[in-house]
Amino acid sequence: MDLIILDNISKKYRAGDEEVTALHPTSLRIAEGDFVAVVGPSGSGKSTLLSILGAMNSPSGGRLIVDDIDVYSLSDESRADFRREYVGFVFQHLQLIPYLTARENVMLPLAITGLGRKEQLGMADRALESVGLKGKESRLPNELSGGEQQRVAIARAIVNNPPILLADEPTGNLDTRTGESIMATFSKLRNEGRTIVMVTHNPDNCRWATRVLEMVDGRLTD
Amino acid sequence: MRLVDIAFGNIRRRKSKASLVVMGLALGVATAVALIAANQAMHYEIGTKLDEYGANIVVVPKTQQFSLSYGGITVPGVTVGTPEFSEDILAKINSIEQKDSLNVIAPKLVGVAKVQDQPVLLVGVRFDAELKMKKWWSLQGKRPSSPMEIILGSEVAWRLGKHPGEQLDLEGTRMDVAAVLAPTGGQEDYLIFADLARVQSMLGKPGRLTFVEVSAYCNTCPIEEIVSQISASAPEAKVTALKQSVQARADMVRRFNAFAVAVSAIVLLAGGMAVFTTMLSSVNERTREIGIFRAIGYRRFHIFYIMLSEAAFLSFISGVLGYLSGLVLARIVTARVVESSIQAPWDPALIGIALGLATAVGMIAGAYPAWRASRIDPAEALRFI
Repeated sequence: MDLIILDNISKKYRAGDEEVTALHPTSLRIAEGDFVAVVGPSGSGKSTLLSILGAMNSPSGGRLIVDDIDVYSLSDESRADFRREYVGFVFQHLQLIPYLTARENVMLPLAITGLGRKEQLGMADRALESVGLKGKESRLPNELSGGEQQRVAIARAIVNNPPILLADEPTGNLDTRTGESIMATFSKLRNEGRTIVMVTHNPDNCRWATRVLEMVDGRLTD
Repeated sequence: MRLVDIAFGNIRRRKSKASLVVMGLALGVATAVALIAANQAMHYEIGTKLDEYGANIVVVPKTQQFSLSYGGITVPGVTVGTPEFSEDILAKINSIEQKDSLNVIAPKLVGVAKVQDQPVLLVGVRFDAELKMKKWWSLQGKRPSSPMEIILGSEVAWRLGKHPGEQLDLEGTRMDVAAVLAPTGGQEDYLIFADLARVQSMLGKPGRLTFVEVSAYCNTCPIEEIVSQISASAPEAKVTALKQSVQARADMVRRFNAFAVAVSAIVLLAGGMAVFTTMLSSVNERTREIGIFRAIGYRRFHIFYIMLSEAAFLSFISGVLGYLSGLVLARIVTARVVESSIQAPWDPALIGIALGLATAVGMIAGAYPAWRASRIDPAEALRFI
């Protein structure tokens, strides 16, 4: 069953007097439980595609349908609600709030759900445990290694159990061994039933994916 | 975890910026509190000092005649006898319910005396009361200490060629010139002031008075109330409040209040600007952080709430610190600068005003930066475009 449908989605933006096409009209279906890797050189439009999939970047044309919801027909605030419910993000770097502990960072998506503190703590600790960070809950981001920080970000992305995980160069700043371990974590999450779309320029990461798409000059090929 | 925990977390992390905001706003609140507290403390004192400066009530005998003088000019040839009343009027004035509000009662008898064959207006006064009331009088010489001593108005002294320490023949009596009054520009310059009892005796009018000037404190009760009580107590007298002096006092107090409010507003505005600029730069620095919140699913309202909570918390702290330092400042100002004996008190209303003002100014100043933060586009913040 298709969870995500991109229907002729395109993105253009203005750079001074010039109109630049970041994403040519693209149609794509991603099934529930897929682990999709999008590869391509820098500036090819991978991150633009990811931000459109994450309901953060209104396309110039086309539709994004997720779970039968026409995402960009929603209001800005409803799209925020959509992100909270459907999408977990993992970015390349600088994604943790530096003045909050690992646990507090993971609890961020829960702070706006109305859940009680005890419940939030339990969910955050379980998420941290699932990414192998038990015992490091009270550490600040600068007290964690790059790999550990990335795991905290993954724990935050999955803490409220969204069906879709979007990752932008999740191993970009990590050494090979740590990168492998992060990819293994993604694979585990996919096995638990999550749909993952990962943007990467590292071909090694593609072997963890069930489907690899290539993006060149704003055009997507399967 | 609550949204305010995020706000507190950021304050803990950015201590120096938070301190800057608190100091800026606390300074404004402290100034406002100091001025208001000092104003409250000095309000009574200023009013009292003004009340002591000259007369604010005049008591004259009731007469059927119209006044034939204006601005010190008396129409010649039509002057009829000056109306007088008995000295008993003083006891009546002193017996009113509000007698504690009476500061100085200065009785006077006015008459014409011959000096060196020239007619001069002679005023019998009680020097202790008169000099207490006329604080602006500047005497060249000494204060009269005996009934045989007189004070000359500057013009009279010049015309008669008399100086302090010399003698003067007044209606056949040798009087000592104790002092010459420095020019006042008023009627005093043309008068001779002598002891009341001596003048009554000289003019053959024992126990008679022409009018009484009263200096009353109108802090504790309206001047009209005192006027009506004297009128009731002494029906033979016409009692008039000198509106000009009462109005001047009210104006002075009002101006002081307006000054305090204006300075407070300016300093608070500066404090608000400190909050505004610091919060705005904080928003710019936290663009990516705000982008992450938005990516996670935070609504614009949530961002606005976090930012405004920070402003509100810092403003509240500023209010507390501002009140405490303002009170200390007020006590120093009232005690050392204006040398007032009245100390600025703990005032729950002022605490409320300080906290309310600080929070309001902080939140108003923080509203725009918070709104801007809430409008940050997540895709742009996370550099997806």
